[in-house]
Amino acid sequence: MEKVSLPGLQRYLTGFVLAVLLTAIPFAAVALQLLSSGAALALIAVCAVIQVIVHLYYFLHIDFKSTPTANMFFLIFAAILIFLMVGGSLWIMSDLHHRMM
Amino acid sequence: MFGRLTIDALPFYSWIAEAGAMVVVGGAVVSFLLVTYLKAWKTLWFDWFLSVDHKRIGIMYLVLTLIMFLRGVVEGVMMRAQQAVALNSDGYLPPMHFEQLFSTHGTIMIFFVVMPFLTGLINLIVPQQIGARDVAYPFLNSLSFWLTAAGGALVMVSLVIGQFSRAGWTGYPPYSGLQYSPNEGVDYWIWSLMISGIGTTLSGINFIVTIIRNRCPGMTWMRMPMFTWTAFCASILIAFAFPALTVVAAQLALDRLLGFHFFTNGDGGNMMMYANLIWIWGHPEVYILILPAFGVFSEVVATFSRKRLFGYDYLVYATACIALLSFTVWLHHFFTMGSSANVNAAFGIATMIIAVPTGVKIFDWLFTMYRGRIEFPPAMLFTVGFMVTFVIGGVTGVLLAMPPADYLMHNSVFLVAHFHNMLIPGALFGYLAGMNYWFPKAFGFKLDQKWGVRCFWLLISGFYLAFMPLYVLGFMGMSRRMEHYANPEWQPYLIVAAFGAALILASVACLVIQILVSIRNRDALRDETGDPWNGRTLEWATSSPAAPYNFAVIPEVSDLDAFHSQKMEAKAYQRPQAYEDIVMPKPSVLGIVLGGLGFIIAFAIVWHIWWLAVAGLAGAAACVIYRSCDDDTDFVIPAEEVARIEAAHLERLTPERQHDMRIYQPSAHAAEPVLEGGRS
Repeated sequence: MEKVSLPGLQRYLTGFVLAVLLTAIPFAAVALQLLSSGAALALIAVCAVIQVIVHLYYFLHIDFKSTPTANMFFLIFAAILIFLMVGGSLWIMSDLHHRMM
Repeated sequence: MFGRLTIDALPFYSWIAEAGAMVVVGGAVVSFLLVTYLKAWKTLWFDWFLSVDHKRIGIMYLVLTLIMFLRGVVEGVMMRAQQAVALNSDGYLPPMHFEQLFSTHGTIMIFFVVMPFLTGLINLIVPQQIGARDVAYPFLNSLSFWLTAAGGALVMVSLVIGQFSRAGWTGYPPYSGLQYSPNEGVDYWIWSLMISGIGTTLSGINFIVTIIRNRCPGMTWMRMPMFTWTAFCASILIAFAFPALTVVAAQLALDRLLGFHFFTNGDGGNMMMYANLIWIWGHPEVYILILPAFGVFSEVVATFSRKRLFGYDYLVYATACIALLSFTVWLHHFFTMGSSANVNAAFGIATMIIAVPTGVKIFDWLFTMYRGRIEFPPAMLFTVGFMVTFVIGGVTGVLLAMPPADYLMHNSVFLVAHFHNMLIPGALFGYLAGMNYWFPKAFGFKLDQKWGVRCFWLLISGFYLAFMPLYVLGFMGMSRRMEHYANPEWQPYLIVAAFGAALILASVACLVIQILVSIRNRDALRDETGDPWNGRTLEWATSSPAAPYNFAVIPEVSDLDAFHSQKMEAKAYQRPQAYEDIVMPKPSVLGIVLGGLGFIIAFAIVWHIWWLAVAGLAGAAACVIYRSCDDDTDFVIPAEEVARIEAAHLERLTPERQHDMRIYQPSAHAAEPVLEGGRS
């Protein structure tokens, strides 16, 4: 029992530390004004995406080996939809912005 | 103490508002007295309001639908009547009322008619179609219903206390912002959507899990009945699209309540983002409304053509394609917002592509009918009426998908005609077909056919008369939502349209009469076997109405049309060796309590009664915590009880009541080759 649960705990703790780091970095970048606003936005976006992957892997135990294919399929479907929604919105709004200049 | 709620909120400022309020209050009083007279409060409360049985919840959704449908139809007729007379005059509706009418009509028809209608049918049928005893989360199901009902109640209350939104059913800022709509109307709209939207999201998740996890042994993905497939795809769309609505409504609420600037021009806000976000939800929503109806048509057409569904695989793939593609077209709702030609072209092409899988479906249904032994009960009439009418709407949709053409037709009544042409045949016909088809499963007796046929013919002819003139008027340049107008050429068409609306009202009267007549003649219309139509899918294997546990023994499936093949092999209705105890979820009072608290919270926020909102939230949190700690949520139906119920059912299943399956046996002279998928 001990042997099974110990690596589990380690995994959660790793995930926790990573999550804290990935939260602290963007906060620090904005609070201390280390970056220009464009670069800060990019940094926040990258950290957020990595954060999502950290949560999925360390907390929800989703990986390419042990997760059933059907669940993986739904996750990929979700990723495609989010890509469509976020990407489409960015495209539409930046296009509008460009034309308003 | 009461925020901005004052005595002025009562509707004594115009006779129209008074009449509306009187209908609502009168309806409530009459229902109260009726239930008291029937001494049905105890039954209603314990057996229905507290129930977590998916069939009862489904029926309650249908009741909610019917009530809201009556209001929505009357509103449509009122607008048609106004436009028929309002040439160079004010008509009988002041602008304030006309604007509220088109806002509530759209909101009610989408959120509180079609949505509960499809959720109700899914609730009623899907667990039985997949051979399950209940949904994955029965309590959540009850909660979803009561949240939806709370949203509907909020819209109804807005007739009595205060006013509803005047900003259209999409509530575009800046008009829906604080500057132009300072009163409580838009808040009513936002919070009725938020509350019911939470309910819808939860039931979407519930049905995704139910369909993935609760299918009976042998029911692989490609053996799922078509209605289950469409319910599954619609549930996925709900789970992904509704968060966008919740977010955009919350942002608008923050703008209005806390002085944020998401959608105002000041301080970096951008109202274009609102249009973008609401249609990210709005277009998948169209397919949420229509996909389950496609499922109903698939079931009905196969049953009443006495054939296996033609091209089942293609129907599944087409449904999945539509589900994915529905997330790629939302910009076609705002082609004229000012995007560049490239953006408009991309979304225009995507829109045209989505017509392809829909066309595939139409052909599949037509080929299912080809060389079938077609019968025409009301459900099948609605299905055929849908196929003919929906194609016209589809063609005008492809027309609107071309951005240059859309620039001309945008915001005209051509658009109004187009989307009514999609949603009335696509959704309303579908769910009315479903109601006619599955009513015996819910109540144990069939609906009267004569009144159903009358309802169909009045509805379809009323539809053509009401909306075909609007296509013409759109080309003649009439904008939508006009309270009065000065062009005499429009009036003849608008009078025809008003006449069509009157026919639709008559068809709704037929629908109500159909239900009343059927209740009166229920003994003659009784369905003794549970299989009144010689159905093909598993829901017909249960008794009508189904026992609380649906299936005493979980069935095993080896074919697409599971129940049909059981009957062909004479394996249906087998008495098992012994029955087992069945564990079922307990009724819970918390569903209706949380729904009521949701109503109170929303009402309090609309009127800025902050202490009440906080108290409501605290109560809701306490309820959720209490429920999370409650481990005693199941009860057992003992095996003897199961055996008794099943014996009563099997006793009614005399051989002469069962269907003659010999018509399905291939006969000698039918040796010529048959079309693929056309085998019986």
